[in-house]
Amino acid sequence: MALVNLNDVLSFTGNEEDSAFDDAKSSCMNFETSLNFKLPTFSIQNLSDVSDIATAPVDFLKQQMSNENNSRIAIKKGTTTLAFVFQGGVIIAVDSRATGGAYIADGGVKKVIEINPYLLGTMAGGAADCMYWERELGRRCRLYEFREKERITVSAASKLLCNIVYGYKGMGLSMGTMVTGWDKTGPGLYYVDSDGQRLKSDLFSVGSGSTYAYGVLDSLYDYNMSVEDAIELGTRAIYHAGHRDAYSGNTVNVYHMKKTGWEFIYNKDINELHYKYAAEAKPSTLS
Amino acid sequence: MEILFGFVGKDYALTASDNTAARSIVVQKRGEDKSRILSKHTLLSYNGEAGDTCQFSDYIAANIKLYEIKNGVALSTAACTKFTRRELANSLRSRNAYQVNLLISGSDPKTGVPSLFWLDHLASANKVNYTAHGYASYFILSTMDLYWHENLTLEEGLGLVKKCLKELKIRFIGNLPDFFIKVVDKNGIREIKL
Repeated sequence: MALVNLNDVLSFTGNEEDSAFDDAKSSCMNFETSLNFKLPTFSIQNLSDVSDIATAPVDFLKQQMSNENNSRIAIKKGTTTLAFVFQGGVIIAVDSRATGGAYIADGGVKKVIEINPYLLGTMAGGAADCMYWERELGRRCRLYEFREKERITVSAASKLLCNIVYGYKGMGLSMGTMVTGWDKTGPGLYYVDSDGQRLKSDLFSVGSGSTYAYGVLDSLYDYNMSVEDAIELGTRAIYHAGHRDAYSGNTVNVYHMKKTGWEFIYNKDINELHYKYAAEAKPSTLS
Repeated sequence: MEILFGFVGKDYALTASDNTAARSIVVQKRGEDKSRILSKHTLLSYNGEAGDTCQFSDYIAANIKLYEIKNGVALSTAACTKFTRRELANSLRSRNAYQVNLLISGSDPKTGVPSLFWLDHLASANKVNYTAHGYASYFILSTMDLYWHENLTLEEGLGLVKKCLKELKIRFIGNLPDFFIKVVDKNGIREIKL
């Protein structure tokens, strides 16, 4: 545990015997203060005190995320992602906002992770957890191809991810992801989260804005819809989530999963979509 | 909010489980079958902590299947229960115990005598005539106390299921719309639509 002793390194005060240090000190009124700005100190729980090494990461994360901690971690969380299976394959649509608390950290995040030409994963929850484990999933899927001489099914790929995260259950992973693809059985869509839950269905939405997206999707979704309509529906659902959910927004990314693999459709600005939709007539409630 | 209950009838064991997968306030899926087939005459129904349920049930189902392949004979319903109870009990003393509640229903392939076992996440296992897990038990145990008797025909049994589901519809806020009703008898396991 290298971090255990980091505290000592960071509270650097220089060597008092060193004449160069004295020179620097005399030419700078606030030498030690400025050093503290450059190398701020913060306390790290001494993990060697923890009797149980297996729960140490949990305790560490708890401490780092507590309100009392002045350098606390605010994990990027707010999101809206959705995916649905329809006659023409699978549509995957996501927003692009990353937030840390009330702060918008980034408005141009890629929340669709391209695992390989036939598999896509979506990102909700901890950005780093999703990015890392879905890249690892990509590696394992490639190894599977080498061993079995055929492409992995979406079912098997999602179960790989599920079994990985289940092994870390209760240790602080945070991810809600949809694994989609096209395999020998056709289009596939699975939901996998850090609880170890794995579900197969035709329609999922994940993230803080998911309820808003469901509100649009459930009323307009039709398995037999055209590809154009499906792309439009995915875009619209993300737009509405971006409009209502403070932690979602900026732009929409849409992907289409086909027999030949995934295709990136477009990136659209939610602000522009707002004025576009505002100018259009409201859809009828009677059909 | 999950609902799982069951009872034994004259020559069958019946379990009813909701088909909803929910997280927080959101329904993520309808049509989720929360059961595993342990053998031709034994069914495991589960609910509990997301993730744990599937992992544990798959593990139990695979090991009981392995026993059957190795020995050329399937475990009885009681033996399946005792194996499951041991696995749960071992897990209970580990850091992350499986938080799973189970019903194991079965029928003796030769005599056709049905049996039902109730297991909770603390690895308590009981042979019962009728039972329920979770909040549902507060509402329908009394209903089953009132109506259950040991010679319930399948028709009467389905009548009892309807009585229980009706009571849950009236009084339980976790008003779930659809259920998997599974019957195990001498002929094996089958699903029944009400």
